[in-house]
Amino acid sequence: MGNLEPVKPFPDSEEMEISFGPQHPATHGVLRVLVRLDGERIIEAKPIIGYLHRGTEKIFERETYNGTIPHTDRMDYTAAATNNQGLVGTVERLLGVTVPPRAAYIRMILAELQRIASHIIWLGTHALDIGAQSPFFYTFQERETILDLYEEYCGARLTLNCMRVGGQPFDLPEGWTGRCRAFVDQLPARIAEWEALLTNNRIWKKRTIGVGVISAADAIEWGLTGPPLRGSGVKWDIRKVFPYDHYDEVEFEIPTGASGDTYDRYLVRMEEMRQSVRIVTQCLERLPDGPVMAKVPKVIKPPKGEIYFSVEGPKGELGYYAVSDGSTNPYRLHVRPACFVNLQALDVMSRGLLVADLIAVIGTLDIVLGEIDR
Amino acid sequence: MANPWIAYLLVPLVKIVVILLTVILLAAYLSYFERKILAYIQIRIGPNRVGPRGWLQPIADALKLFTKEDIVPSRAEKLVYLLSPVIITVPALVVFSVIPFGTDTTLFGLLPQAIPPYLTDINIGILFILGVSSVGVYGVILGGWASNNKFSLMGGLRSAAQLVSYEVPMGFSVVAVLLMAGSLSMVKIVEAQRQAGVWFFFPGIVAFFIYFVCGIAETNRSPFDLPEAESELVAGYFTEYSGMKWAFYFLAEYANMVVVSSVATVLFFGGWLRPFPNVAALAFLDVIPPFVWFAAKVGFFLFCYIWFRGTFPRYRFDQLMGLGWKVLLPVSLANLLVVGLGVLLIGGPR
Repeated sequence: MGNLEPVKPFPDSEEMEISFGPQHPATHGVLRVLVRLDGERIIEAKPIIGYLHRGTEKIFERETYNGTIPHTDRMDYTAAATNNQGLVGTVERLLGVTVPPRAAYIRMILAELQRIASHIIWLGTHALDIGAQSPFFYTFQERETILDLYEEYCGARLTLNCMRVGGQPFDLPEGWTGRCRAFVDQLPARIAEWEALLTNNRIWKKRTIGVGVISAADAIEWGLTGPPLRGSGVKWDIRKVFPYDHYDEVEFEIPTGASGDTYDRYLVRMEEMRQSVRIVTQCLERLPDGPVMAKVPKVIKPPKGEIYFSVEGPKGELGYYAVSDGSTNPYRLHVRPACFVNLQALDVMSRGLLVADLIAVIGTLDIVLGEIDR
Repeated sequence: MANPWIAYLLVPLVKIVVILLTVILLAAYLSYFERKILAYIQIRIGPNRVGPRGWLQPIADALKLFTKEDIVPSRAEKLVYLLSPVIITVPALVVFSVIPFGTDTTLFGLLPQAIPPYLTDINIGILFILGVSSVGVYGVILGGWASNNKFSLMGGLRSAAQLVSYEVPMGFSVVAVLLMAGSLSMVKIVEAQRQAGVWFFFPGIVAFFIYFVCGIAETNRSPFDLPEAESELVAGYFTEYSGMKWAFYFLAEYANMVVVSSVATVLFFGGWLRPFPNVAALAFLDVIPPFVWFAAKVGFFLFCYIWFRGTFPRYRFDQLMGLGWKVLLPVSLANLLVVGLGVLLIGGPR
């Protein structure tokens, strides 16, 4: 796990302890980081969590299987669709139900739009943390369109609750595919605009290259997933290695970085948005006809057993471990959150850096406290 | 003017009041224009509720700040905490006394004889500006220290280092102009540009860019706004300040922006002169009064300030210091050498 001795370049100087958060504009919610500083250099950064703990996993045990879905919306509230996707996938595998192809394709479209929306929030806030104000507004303009598409489909914009065990609750509204297509067709041009502001910007490069470096070996040992893992050069994406829905039928690349720094993770996420556009375009072209709901009993009672199933969320691997005792409620439903595991690496990534870099590292890990605390 | 009371008391007093009011109003409206321009850069609308098109927004903001509760942290050093906003604001306003806004004017015939539209012209004008404006640093350091807040302390220390380091290359870039002008007086510097027939921007282009970069750093503006980096230090040295005390920091920052822009106009862009002041073919431009030329140039620089804020990310502290000491300082020294050589060979001020 690397060397975790405190970094102390000037042994005689006095230490300062600062508590970043939980009320701090750059900790993305209610993260608290207890930082020990030597001047402006970070000796140790200890994340303290739990300010948003709502006992979601315990609440799961009280709910029916379909009743747990709205609670997953509120974990990573910037990516409700992929949270839903993971949960319904878990229960469907426990039940042994196969989702109709049309429903699976709709799920993929919703999930990839969600990935774009989540990366948009990340890009806007990350740039804002590093001091670039304008990308925040340009990116959120596009996110609005995605939320409009969601609203048209399921009535909600943020907490979607848009999937059910066995399929989709609704078919796509008339004309939805056309509007979705129009959106994803113009998105690459917008992404190019955002990149024009940042990718070759000298200050942006200075602030991100070589900051928050984590090697591929360390990233694997810390259990990182998603863009933080791929930024270090590990080609690992649940959509490719354990394909779910119909991800094995669409073509897309897994972008990877080389040096594992903040700039590489930035490039990885920008490319992921383009790949998501590719996936949505293919899904819209191939969208099969047919029912959107499989035959599932009114009362969902999975047989006794346990299962682990994970999807590739925008932040990383989002896994669900479900234990069924044969009743209508899950006996235990544990979540393997991507942000929680990724946040562990904050300390090792930010030691020896400056305070300003801590903000960049928090931003590049792309954490959502709702998922960390649950 | 025969009556000495009028010449030595009334006229300067009126001028002081007019300049002070103008600067304070300008600072307030600069915040309005900043919000508007940033909004248009960022596909938003900006303030548009108070008054037509939001024109009364700065007034409403000022009223709000006046009536706000004034909080002094219980563990703050009271006296220093109270004094710091004054220490930063006063120098920012005092330097306006030597900035020449135009040539002698009768205000379109309203006055019996022409008077200069600036408070005074002292023979060490630019030195006075550099000297007085560096006093403002104390307001930043002391305010950050007296708040007894770690974030404020870090903000104060950052800006102390930043302001002191950037004053060095800034001074050298000003010296390059002084070589060309042969005077420290702000008015004489403009006159020298009239004689030379060219704005000092063209021979002193390197000095200008160094001056402007340093000016942005001196005023703590993006991309050098680290002392008040909101996302890291939660506003830095004035985190604990509220109400009118905070407003004074705000006023000082915007007044300093106007100072830096005005000095850039005087040193490099010919002050109140029209472009190419000696070319007779452009004489039709003289219809525009000198003051308008001056205001237009200052306005352009202020727009650049806001434009940068809408475009650039923020530098990191060590990178900022590196830029100041490793890039700007050597370049400004080399530039000084080149300009000095040029003055020696071509012939400088007569």
